[in-house]
Amino acid sequence: MTKPLTAKDFATDQEVRWCPGCGDYAILKCVQKTLADVGADPDKTVFVSGIGCSSRFPYYMNAYGFHTIHGRAPAFATGVKLANPELDVWLVTGDGDGLSIGGNHLLHVLRRNVDTQIMLFNNEIYGLTKGQYSPTSRVGTRSPSTPAGSIDTPVSPCAFALGANAKFIARGIDTDAKSLSPVLKAAREFKGAAFVEIFQNCIVYNKDVFDGFVAKKTATETQIHVEHGQPLLFAGGSKGLKLNTQTLKLEIVDVGDGGAPESEIVVHDETNRTLAQMLIDLPMTSFPMPLGVIHREPSAPSFDDAFWNAHATKGKRTGTVADALRKGSVWKKG
Amino acid sequence: MAKITPEDQSIVVRFAGDSGDGVQLLGSQFAESTALAGSDFSTFPDFPAEIRAPVGTTFGVSAFQINLGARRVSTAGDQPDVLVAFNPAALKVNLPLLQKGALVVLNTDAFNKRNFTKANIAADPRETGELEDYQVIEIDMSTQVLEAVKPLGLSKSDAEQSKNFWALGAVLWMFGRSRDPIKDWATKKFAKKPPEVLAGNLAALDAGHAYAETAELSAEVPQFVIGDADMAAGEYRSITGAEAISLGLAAAGELADKEILFAGYPITPASAILHHLSRMGELGVATFQAEDEIAACCAAIGASFGGKIGVTSSSGPGIALKTEAIGLAMAAELPLVIVNSQRGGPSTGLPTKTEQSDLYQAVYGRNADAPLPVIAAAGPGDCFDAAIEATRIALRHMTPVFLLTDGYIQNAAGPWALPNMNDYDPILHGTPPAANDDIEERKRAIWNRDPSSFGRPWVTPGMKGLAYRVGGLEKDIETGDISYDADNHQAMSELRARKVEAVADFIPDQEVEQGNTKGPLAVVGWGSTHGAIWRAVANAREQGYDVAQIQIRYINPLPKNLGRLLESYDKVLVPEMNMGQLSTLLRDKLELKVTPLTKVSGQPFKITEIADAIAANCPAGAKVKAAE
Repeated sequence: MTKPLTAKDFATDQEVRWCPGCGDYAILKCVQKTLADVGADPDKTVFVSGIGCSSRFPYYMNAYGFHTIHGRAPAFATGVKLANPELDVWLVTGDGDGLSIGGNHLLHVLRRNVDTQIMLFNNEIYGLTKGQYSPTSRVGTRSPSTPAGSIDTPVSPCAFALGANAKFIARGIDTDAKSLSPVLKAAREFKGAAFVEIFQNCIVYNKDVFDGFVAKKTATETQIHVEHGQPLLFAGGSKGLKLNTQTLKLEIVDVGDGGAPESEIVVHDETNRTLAQMLIDLPMTSFPMPLGVIHREPSAPSFDDAFWNAHATKGKRTGTVADALRKGSVWKKG
Repeated sequence: MAKITPEDQSIVVRFAGDSGDGVQLLGSQFAESTALAGSDFSTFPDFPAEIRAPVGTTFGVSAFQINLGARRVSTAGDQPDVLVAFNPAALKVNLPLLQKGALVVLNTDAFNKRNFTKANIAADPRETGELEDYQVIEIDMSTQVLEAVKPLGLSKSDAEQSKNFWALGAVLWMFGRSRDPIKDWATKKFAKKPPEVLAGNLAALDAGHAYAETAELSAEVPQFVIGDADMAAGEYRSITGAEAISLGLAAAGELADKEILFAGYPITPASAILHHLSRMGELGVATFQAEDEIAACCAAIGASFGGKIGVTSSSGPGIALKTEAIGLAMAAELPLVIVNSQRGGPSTGLPTKTEQSDLYQAVYGRNADAPLPVIAAAGPGDCFDAAIEATRIALRHMTPVFLLTDGYIQNAAGPWALPNMNDYDPILHGTPPAANDDIEERKRAIWNRDPSSFGRPWVTPGMKGLAYRVGGLEKDIETGDISYDADNHQAMSELRARKVEAVADFIPDQEVEQGNTKGPLAVVGWGSTHGAIWRAVANAREQGYDVAQIQIRYINPLPKNLGRLLESYDKVLVPEMNMGQLSTLLRDKLELKVTPLTKVSGQPFKITEIADAIAANCPAGAKVKAAE
């Protein structure tokens, strides 16, 4: 009997070449461990990436891997999945790769609902090209290309995904394997495009940009781990999110002693698109960061299923070209 | 000029009207009828870029030309002998194309002041004398159609829609053809429409036929009898280039015992391939319409990585977008077939017109040293074999392959002798090695290239114990690991060049299609100019010129004997629909002096244009001796 695989079995012989302290290391470890935990088969697993620091990921995963071109990984992954729907296809992209040059493809892989896991490593910067501001950089980000600070409004990856009609949207933090791993497992189980934004610390060009909610010391106050069917509580259950029916906005309330009863706190319903929108739109400065599975609508068919179901023969050859040539009017000479 | 007579060996007929007049349908049905009558033929649909340009304008004129003959027909014909014009704009645009003495059939109901204004015509051309040199037949077609369908209670505008069927009926009479096959076809075509649509069209068809037979027309126009063309025995069908490419790709899948995944994005004139392939599911073909050209190419490459034969197609502007991805497929050593249905350029250019101006793009158009095999189809039917050949090269050498066709080939139709699928060798590719737990050995086995083709084993996800990673970064020649090593990059660059050169070891020697293997003049063509060159050379040889015809299918690499072959002619004339791209290639690869004959008007070459060039470049003293 073969031994179950361990995280180590999902590592390759290649030397990992990210900067020391890069958040990518933690994500790599977490993915390797997660795949071992769920008993994934490396021979049936494919990692597809674009270009950027995050996109080196496939070289370090003992599975099939395709490091493609900038921004286009979703299109390659679609082709791979259509070619062989039995494969477990993972997509690795970043904020520049996925939302700038590849924004169009990300839109379509999501709205088509291709059965893949899409990990978008968001570090709010272009790392591999040495630190230019990215489409998720906050206004005022000083970078080699924006010495006076960036001026354009950033895109929110999860809001983009929801706008693209993604059926699975989740968030995690690079170094928080404890909550990231279950999110990745859920993404893998989801039949359709599972979008996971991972806050990733670029130690060289955008160090600690997420400290506002990532720092361990304040995490209970600054993070809210959402769970389907559970009230939206944080700060050890002493605070929660309540719907203000006048403004139709979520607001923070104290819970328990002297505060609101728990029954007034919104219960997380991951199938509720409106709630997902509210959670994604919470202002980072005054609200905790929602993490975990924010939105999941499992009923929609995945594109690869629908694609092959639309083909009467499921893509299999049932006829011959010799017969096909003779369809329509054929005449004889001689 | 002589009037056309019933004894003519071939006749060129052109139908022209508004893009909404159903001219293309009329033409293609007449072609179908020609096929069943046993004549040879070649068609050329010539339509505007606008879907429905304002009615009656010159830029909205759509035309369909057919050359039909009792002898071999190689082009859609230089100058029409018959023009059917549905309105003044169609007459204005097409009159300059006609042979003097040509028969001009006019729909007089459309010859009114309003339409003259729309077509920017000052005076009624029937009264200005400009039709003097032609045999003009005036028919109040619209009135006739309305009369014919009156009992069916169709609205005036619906009734007018049947004008093309009325004209078809008249033309069928002119050529002594049966209406039955057309009726069968129409019955199927309109099966899902309200019954009066079919009834109206059939009534119009019969009325047009009856009008021609019984009314004045029969007094003015003799019936033409274009006999049975002498063609090799066998089964035939009519086929367009787009159909032949699609069937050829399906055939390639069958020969390789692999399924085809075609990913495309709508573009004129390439879309027809996507349309045809999307109806070939039972042949193991699946189609994916991607979000853009880039995604289409990437999805096709992803499919190849995943184990299906990835195919993408486009026209010049779309190919430009796919270029980066094609470079990746080359670097990753993955098979891919890229079909380019060339159109008039640059930029958006002339989307519905034909050109051969993407040869540079295919051969040279990528960043860095990124050589790729390029082959070209010579005509509609030839697209079938060309598609098989492109796929064969892609799988044997594990490389992207360009298949060049063009707007003319894509849309033109002609009779095609059905091939016997047993005549084709199976398409092979490098077989995957055995599963191997020794990582070092596994990697080396995956990148162990065939010593003659340099194709690597096609290892695809799902295969046990062969997981590997690949990408666009330079890789070690033996292990496939990322490598920035200087000597390795040199070796990989040489390998990529040698691989494409190696294709020449597998392709047939260049043959001479007509004429001798040496002499004063060879006319060397590629792609869709084949037909015009064939007829021009055949005619010139009948007149005693010692001229040869050479059609190049393999553009890159060129056949190994081509250089020596072409050196054996005093002069090499290269007609092509661009500013001289094959000429450049021949100078580059063979260091050969060539004489370009270029045309970039969006229209195919005329036979006379090539004939004139032959006469100008083949000295009179070089005529073949009669005794030989």
